[in-house]
Amino acid sequence: MKIPALRLYTIAYLVFLYTPIVILPLFAFNNSTAVAFPLRGFTTEWFSAVFVDTELRGALWNSLIVASATSVLSTAFGIFAARASTRYNFRLKAPLMGLIMLPMVLPEMIMAMALLVVLLSLGIKLSLFTVIMGHVLVCTPFAVAILTSAFQSLDKSLEEAAYDLGEGPFSTFRLVILPLVAPGIISAMLISFTISLDEFIVSNFLKSGEELLSTYIYSKLRFPKYVPNIMALGTILVCVSITLLTLAEFFRRRGVAKAGGKTTGGFL
Amino acid sequence: MSEKRRFWGSEAASGLALISPTALYAILLLAAPLATTLVYSVMTDGYLTVEPIFTLHNYTESWTNKVVQSVMLRSLMVSMLVTAATVVLAYPVAYFVSFNVTPEKKGLWLFLITIPFWTSYVIRVFMWNVMLGRTGVINSALVGSGIIDTPLDMNFSVQAMVVTLAHAYAPFAILPIFVALEKIDRSLLEAGQDLGETGWTTFLRVTLPLSMTGVVAAVLIVFIPVIGDYVTPNLVGGGKFPMIANIIEKLMLKSDNRPLGSAIAASAMLIVGVVALIFLFLNRRYLRATK
Repeated sequence: MKIPALRLYTIAYLVFLYTPIVILPLFAFNNSTAVAFPLRGFTTEWFSAVFVDTELRGALWNSLIVASATSVLSTAFGIFAARASTRYNFRLKAPLMGLIMLPMVLPEMIMAMALLVVLLSLGIKLSLFTVIMGHVLVCTPFAVAILTSAFQSLDKSLEEAAYDLGEGPFSTFRLVILPLVAPGIISAMLISFTISLDEFIVSNFLKSGEELLSTYIYSKLRFPKYVPNIMALGTILVCVSITLLTLAEFFRRRGVAKAGGKTTGGFL
Repeated sequence: MSEKRRFWGSEAASGLALISPTALYAILLLAAPLATTLVYSVMTDGYLTVEPIFTLHNYTESWTNKVVQSVMLRSLMVSMLVTAATVVLAYPVAYFVSFNVTPEKKGLWLFLITIPFWTSYVIRVFMWNVMLGRTGVINSALVGSGIIDTPLDMNFSVQAMVVTLAHAYAPFAILPIFVALEKIDRSLLEAGQDLGETGWTTFLRVTLPLSMTGVVAAVLIVFIPVIGDYVTPNLVGGGKFPMIANIIEKLMLKSDNRPLGSAIAASAMLIVGVVALIFLFLNRRYLRATK
């Protein structure tokens, strides 16, 4: 049944959800170091400061390396797991999938600490590489979730038709399945990239000296004079995230539509 | 021999082979480190080392130390409050999107709801710090408009932490409830109405029980990560109200007592597991009904 009050409530709820990311640009362009009303005037000073900060440029570069590597690796791992779980039935499927999806609910701190302790006792030096190892663990479940819906909407008869026409399993995968799930793959890569770019806990504990964007931001938050710069940087990051997500959603929907399914749900 | 041949080339073998890269990665980098933590938790702490001598001292310390106890209790309380607030506030939103929105527009609404969740977590937590501060956005707006005279003390409190976390985990609660509501056969609701139920009683006797699987999933998916949150106690709690993650960090890195840190981590996960099982047990009749 329709309840008019529910629409109002949902809109109020959305306002609550969006308040922080709407306030953010408001003060990023405000001509004052104090983050308080009334607004003092318009300035792009904080954005200019962000663009000339060399330390930040290093952090950005590191984050881009980590996010790119993570998106490729976790999507590749996601393809294996999603294809195996949607196409085949086998013993150990439930526990193995449970383990792969575990990072979605496990507190990140527990995961980061466990991994850190093992790396340290094995004598492995912390670096961007160890950060990537952790990020792949965090992002893979999201890639699996997106790719599972892409593989699930595949019509099995298309695959059988390819077999009947004399194609082997590998050429069938490359010629029939891959093109159909390609939008899902792009979507999974974009989501993994976004998560990796914003990820903080694993980055904070598995990095060595070099900063990443999220850890750079965290390290500067204590100093009031950096607050406007951080808000400018935050505004840029939020815009980047929203753009990537919109693209990811576009590809995800196209993927499901291409395979003949219909979209009602969200990412998860 | 023949059985072996039957296994290779069978569906089971193909499935296992296909999942193996991802599964191996998770076993090596997730299961093995978690197992190591468990092993460490029953070992003795030496100077800069972990001595392989079995002890339960770390567990007795985790469960009897007053500081650890209060941090555990606070983490549990914050996590329960956040979960209750998130799930209760999320239900009507999920209901609205599932029942009051045309099918073509559902995706758009869900997308709108999930966007804030995908933006930088550190930035969002920091924004609550900025908004709730004594000279922050909310206080300056309220004082400036003459609604209050003296600024409210909202920041650096457990309440502020609850608001921040409830905001951060909102979509986590909406999605599972939405999925459960979507699965409800709409003709059951009509049947309820035909049998003389009002809208409200139909909701209580049909819709709500049938959507309990989603509510249970939402509760677990919010409760478990929130209890291990690290950033919010530091930024919004101002470090004055540490939670489990903060004390684990302190023990593992600053005090270099890995066995005790591991025992606390394991105890926290044990408590979470027990709470989750009790919760599942209490809701068993809803969960069984839908299978």
